Amino acid sequence: MTPEPEDGSDLSVTPESDESDESDSKRSTVNRLSAENVTLAYDQRVIAEQLSVEIPDNSFTVIVGPNACGKSTLLRALSRMLRPSQGRVLLDGQVIQSMPAKKVARTLGLLPQSSIAPDGITVGDLVGRGRYPHQGILRQWSAEDERVVQESMARTGVAELADRYVDELSGGQRQRVWIAMALAQQTPLLLLDEPTTYLDIQHQIDVLDLCAELHEEQGRTLVAVLHDLNHAARYATHLIALKGGRVVAEGAPNDIVTAELVEEVFGLRCQIIDDPETGTPLVVPAARKARVTTTS
Amino acid sequence: MRTAVRNTRTLRTPGGLSVRADVRVLAVVGALLLATAAASVVLIGTGDFPISFGDVLRTLAGNGTAGQDFIVNELRLPRVLVGLLVGASLGLGGALFQSVSRNPLGSPDVLGLSQGATSGALVVIVLLSGSAAQVTVGALIGGLVTGLAIYLLAWKQGVHGYRLVLVGIGVSAVVTAVNGYLLTKADLVDATRAVVWMTGSLDGRDWSQVWPLLALCAVLVPLVLANARGLRMMEMGDDVSNALGVRVERVRMLLMVAAVLLTAAATAAAGPVSFVALTAPQLARRLTRSPGPNLVPSLSMGAALLVTADWASQRAFGADQLPVGVVTGVLGGVYLLWLLVTERRAGRI
Repeated sequence: MTPEPEDGSDLSVTPESDESDESDSKRSTVNRLSAENVTLAYDQRVIAEQLSVEIPDNSFTVIVGPNACGKSTLLRALSRMLRPSQGRVLLDGQVIQSMPAKKVARTLGLLPQSSIAPDGITVGDLVGRGRYPHQGILRQWSAEDERVVQESMARTGVAELADRYVDELSGGQRQRVWIAMALAQQTPLLLLDEPTTYLDIQHQIDVLDLCAELHEEQGRTLVAVLHDLNHAARYATHLIALKGGRVVAEGAPNDIVTAELVEEVFGLRCQIIDDPETGTPLVVPAARKARVTTTS
Repeated sequence: MRTAVRNTRTLRTPGGLSVRADVRVLAVVGALLLATAAASVVLIGTGDFPISFGDVLRTLAGNGTAGQDFIVNELRLPRVLVGLLVGASLGLGGALFQSVSRNPLGSPDVLGLSQGATSGALVVIVLLSGSAAQVTVGALIGGLVTGLAIYLLAWKQGVHGYRLVLVGIGVSAVVTAVNGYLLTKADLVDATRAVVWMTGSLDGRDWSQVWPLLALCAVLVPLVLANARGLRMMEMGDDVSNALGVRVERVRMLLMVAAVLLTAAATAAAGPVSFVALTAPQLARRLTRSPGPNLVPSLSMGAALLVTADWASQRAFGADQLPVGVVTGVLGGVYLLWLLVTERRAGRI
């Protein structure tokens, strides 16, 4: 178990950041992406206060927590979609809002929950748009762009769909196309906001497998918000459990996922068993009768 | 299963520069410009003193007779140029609005900008009995104030398409009521003048209207085109385009201001020529079959539409009998009906 962030200082999220009153340049050698004491709010509604999170480099970090715990909000702040009302998000030691937009876009990619495929756009065109941060008015379509787009489509298994219209694809195919677009951005960090929502179980696993491959084979740092705790435990190398805008626990799934943690975060009594396939923790909710008798 | 192979050409230099163009889009723009140029020459030759195609070209090159020179270069050329610039501005302004609002109905006619410009013009005509030049200034101010009002009313941490259209329709209704009120206050002469202005007409346009419009287009068109790539990304939603490194709010603000200026200036010059801003981008998109805002094709289509409509009105009803706005209104209305019917058949609405 990691130290409890709630009663410790705000900076004690990971062991490395204990002596973090150092200069930014020193911090940047630790992890590329972090949030420091951020307060996140929409209008007047505060989602999280004094929240600090480090994304370990080369990890597949998954953020979990109950609905409205602030996990998507945290992801929006990390990807500079949401400006913290206090605190700061650092990318490579710099405050992310102060960096040139295209420079951020070459370092950090985001697959948001809501995206619109323009009318009549083909898969190849859409994936090609991921090259935007690498292009300019006089550098519209380099040989490198061409190569990266082909590679991204091959990587996500949509190469043979290149000339199809995006609006005619199935949900699973479409999600692959959007991931291909984010890949074409060629960012060492990739953030995904609930990439498996609206997909059936086969396509959920399919997308998660793809994420795991991108993480393992290319050393990319991935951060995803996921709803399913079992998926998170199986695929994450680093898990962050949020509740009410606070980090309750973080670390490798094998180290932190316990029955107590699940009860604390989700308010659900359960057993944790070893996943027979992978040996990772598997959450088995307690039977309804057991829960009724113990709570009454 | 439909597939589409877009024929694109990329030009690359050893220095790492590259330019990419869609062959079909290039062909459409080329054809439209050619058609516009031809229609313009025919239009210059049309009127109470018909001049042949060849004579018009010769006179434009500076080799005509004195009489032809006067008719072509002093009377008809500025009128045609105003028509071209107005059409191009409306086409481009309409494409910008439709792309920013992600809605084909988000055009200046529907949002109330044209009606706002009309209010400005009516105030000058009815309340101040101002000159033609003052009417132009009034219309410009009216359009800009309306644009600002729509932007402020629709603003809530950024402008979003659907809200923009709804607020625009509301503003349009209010302004139309104001226009009606102003008309009832007018005496017969002013009212007639006002109604002719409101229909959209190119009668009596001279060089003094050409220069300001040309200067505005010379500044705004390059500015808009320089931001076209960002606008293309914004069609995928604010989050995706932000993630790709587009400064969404800044680009949107800049393009909206440009679109309001273009529309207001065009309306000030020729009156609220209806339906060009609505139909030109849609027609252009159907011809190019290209996703994206289709800015240059829309601009070319706007110019082509307006000049052709002006020619049609002169041809069918004699010189200066029927304001061009009536023709674009009829053509645009028919087109809109056809669009609604085909879209309905295709099950899209």
